[in-house]
Amino acid sequence: MFGYMIKRLIQMVIVLWAVSVLVFVMMSFTGDPTFMMVPLDATDEQIAQARRILGLDESHLVQYWRFLSNIAQGDFGRSFVFRQPAMTLILERLPATLEIVFLAMVMALLVAIPLGVYAGANPKKPASRAVMAGSLIGISLPGFWLGMVLIFVVAVKLQWLPSSGRGPTTEWLGMRVSFTSWEGFRHLILPAITLSVGTLAILMRIIRAEMVEVMKQDYIKFARAKGAPAKVILFKHGLKNALIPLVTVFGLMLGDLIAFATLTETIFAWPGIGKLLVDSIYRGDRPVIVVYLMFVALMFVVVNFIVDVCYALIDPRIKIK
Amino acid sequence: MVSSQPIPATRARSRMQRFFASEFFHNYKRNLSAVLGSLIVLGFLVMVTIGPLIVSQNPYDVSQLDLMAAFKPPAWLAGGSSEYWLGTDGQGRDVLASIVYGSRISLIIGLVAMGGACLLGTTLGLIAGFYGGRLDAVIMRIADIQLSFPSVLTALFLMSAFGTGLDKVLIALISVGWVVYARTVRGSTLRETQKEYVQAARVSGLPNRKIILRHVLPNVLTPLIVVATIQVGTFVLIEASLSFLGVGVPVTQPSLGLLIKNGFDVLFSGLWWVSIFPGLFIMLLVFGINLLGDFLRDELNPRLK
Amino acid sequence: MSNNEQHSKPLLRVQELRTWFYTFGGLVKAVDGVSFDLAPGEIMGLVGESGGGKSMIGFSIMGLIDPPGRIEGGRIEFNGKNIAGLSEDEMRVIRGKEIAMIFQDPMTALNPLYTIGNQIEETLALHTALSARERRAKAIEMLHKVGIPQPEQRLSHYPHQFSGGMRQRVVIAIAMIAKPRLLIADEPTTALDVTIQAQLLRLMRQQVVENGTSMILITHDLAAVSQMADTIVVLYCGRIVEKGPAEDIIARPRHPYTRGLIDSIPHETAENDGPKQRLSQIPGNVPDIRKLPPGCAFAPRCSRASERCRMQDPVLMEHNAIAMGSGKLRPHAVACHHPLAVSP
Repeated sequence: MFGYMIKRLIQMVIVLWAVSVLVFVMMSFTGDPTFMMVPLDATDEQIAQARRILGLDESHLVQYWRFLSNIAQGDFGRSFVFRQPAMTLILERLPATLEIVFLAMVMALLVAIPLGVYAGANPKKPASRAVMAGSLIGISLPGFWLGMVLIFVVAVKLQWLPSSGRGPTTEWLGMRVSFTSWEGFRHLILPAITLSVGTLAILMRIIRAEMVEVMKQDYIKFARAKGAPAKVILFKHGLKNALIPLVTVFGLMLGDLIAFATLTETIFAWPGIGKLLVDSIYRGDRPVIVVYLMFVALMFVVVNFIVDVCYALIDPRIKIK
Repeated sequence: MVSSQPIPATRARSRMQRFFASEFFHNYKRNLSAVLGSLIVLGFLVMVTIGPLIVSQNPYDVSQLDLMAAFKPPAWLAGGSSEYWLGTDGQGRDVLASIVYGSRISLIIGLVAMGGACLLGTTLGLIAGFYGGRLDAVIMRIADIQLSFPSVLTALFLMSAFGTGLDKVLIALISVGWVVYARTVRGSTLRETQKEYVQAARVSGLPNRKIILRHVLPNVLTPLIVVATIQVGTFVLIEASLSFLGVGVPVTQPSLGLLIKNGFDVLFSGLWWVSIFPGLFIMLLVFGINLLGDFLRDELNPRLK
Repeated sequence: MSNNEQHSKPLLRVQELRTWFYTFGGLVKAVDGVSFDLAPGEIMGLVGESGGGKSMIGFSIMGLIDPPGRIEGGRIEFNGKNIAGLSEDEMRVIRGKEIAMIFQDPMTALNPLYTIGNQIEETLALHTALSARERRAKAIEMLHKVGIPQPEQRLSHYPHQFSGGMRQRVVIAIAMIAKPRLLIADEPTTALDVTIQAQLLRLMRQQVVENGTSMILITHDLAAVSQMADTIVVLYCGRIVEKGPAEDIIARPRHPYTRGLIDSIPHETAENDGPKQRLSQIPGNVPDIRKLPPGCAFAPRCSRASERCRMQDPVLMEHNAIAMGSGKLRPHAVACHHPLAVSP
């Protein structure tokens, strides 16, 4: 177990290093950030000075080395726009994103598991077909567009829920969160629904497919031959087997949620890291983009590691070596 | 217990007749969603090819626009005009006409990017699977790392580096899309090269290029049909997301996603049709593609049947 | 085995059972008009090549026929009560408690995610009011009976930690723990090593005899049946072609198909190194059951087939046979227009 952990840790570092190279290379292609720093009427002299300050006059290799050693020292650069450490900006906005991502994930699981199990166990029933058709629509629609429909119907027409912004927040475990107050929670509902639909639909299809496969297995028939009632067969023998592959897609699901949070946050003017990324792309705020990517990469790597460990805990056949 | 064999082709004379007598076609006819899916896709193909000849205006020819007709609601609502079925936007553009032109851009991007990704991914997959070794390791590690990132995020990041443009959207989509082909093809290539006929061809001194093209490639293509079909839909959605965020196609070539973005600004004033209808068409298109893809998966991949 | 007397009421009486499957390729009459009786404590061998509908008889009795298949007609009387067409809830009480089943592949019959203790005790939890402690004690006892060493420790192990033979022992333990009155064993040893097969058959026989359980042993292995069964039913394309006392069928087969099956058993002509007898094979394959020819289904593969065989379906006719040992008259029936002569 310990050896496995070390091996995984080394793998994680390698992945992060690869991401840092990619990020750096890509960023070198992007427009020259010098022009973000200097006034519009700057002289050549001023521009050259700015380039020196930014270190852009040196070779790419030197620049990369500085980039890497700065990261190693915890210095991720400062935002051109906010004049603040980019990492601080990310960490400030992280709770807002985590909040909708978490709520979306919970909603997706709560809906997808029962419906997926039902549709998988009774593939021929009309209700199952309806579930499948619904999930196909769910993966076919642009999530941000659904958010707009919700804004128009629920917020603009019916005026049931607020259409944008985060609402009041309170301090909770050192983070500013919305779900603790009713008004804050009301702001949370529409973004979370919007974000969850795509994931929900995919989950439902995965669970259903797994369930169909599991229900064909001999051990299901054997359980029936033992005289086990439908409930036991479905939930004891079926569901657990069907859920194992779900653990493996958890990392991917989380990734998708974080990715699509950029769109959801943009529509609902939700002040999370996704909106920060999109705004930074508009403004050419290079350090923030870099930190966002490094941060998200780190998050995925850690989550995938946790997922692998969980997988081994749930499935007795997997032994960590 | 009983293997389902294809029904006997009753004296099929031509390839066409054989197709119509096949189990594939039999299943297709009985599968309502497959028929529906292909009708939707066909409808879109017809719309983007002959649609521009039918709609009343070219929404990008400023001389045809009438500012007096701005923000007209759909024809069936009060204040609507039968001239503009789905209403108009702030510049008097017919929403339906914009959708016809926008669908064309969305669909072209989806198809071309799919073609590019398929070509690149298949080539890399064949190389990785056939030659193995270090080349294989490098290609597959890149694929692994890329797969751990959601494609939308990767594409968004690439676009932020490239800047907007049709060609750049294509490059971004191809860069995120090749991985699935590479993985699938590599897997089937590994299996295929184990088989005796490939071994025999190798022993007989046939050049590798010929072995790959003549013996391996035809046998690894079937699973790609499903991947490619569904990917067109995925690409349409990713492109719409990029354009919605303003880093996709330029405003002069608005895809369906950009139409939604343009309509978003006026949504809060209650002018919903400008953005909702383009989204509806995206949904319909991708839904049709997915229906078709589902059917093909069931038919071509018997393991999942 | 000797307690099957002529007058004893059968535990199981299957009459004109028809189980059909409606598939894309056509109607599959997997079981087509099968009748037999099974006395309490009797061991019956159900023999035939694969695809002959043997397993479907077992699943029909268990009420485990799933669409596109269905029991089209006939009766399955268990203990005097027709159980064909009972609801799932009514069948559930019978399954596992009255009638248990053993599957072919022990590798897939056990749920990989639960300990074998859990899976053995599940049967008891479903059908008895025993406490957890009592269930555990019973499970240990049962594992011990089926020859699994260190049963206490093994209870907490998962199926993948057992070999194939050991897993099948666990499956037998699960099937027998509620002391069912009928055990249906569907090719219980086919997936296992030849060396383990005999051991397991012996174990099953011992378990069945000990509990007075009747057993239907479904197999394509006539050799296994000849050592275990009291009676043998030979099935071909969903129909019975021959049935009768085991010794009689083995010694004096009347149907050419049965003869063929017997001839393809490797004879253990014991320690002599003499020239090995060449095994004969039945020519041809089992025909496509969806497109059976008119007349006798075996005719295309039969050397004795006449024009009549290709036109007219033979019916199962009884001949009286003398069971060895007991000297009692017991029916030996065959469905053939040209049955083999009884050799002296």
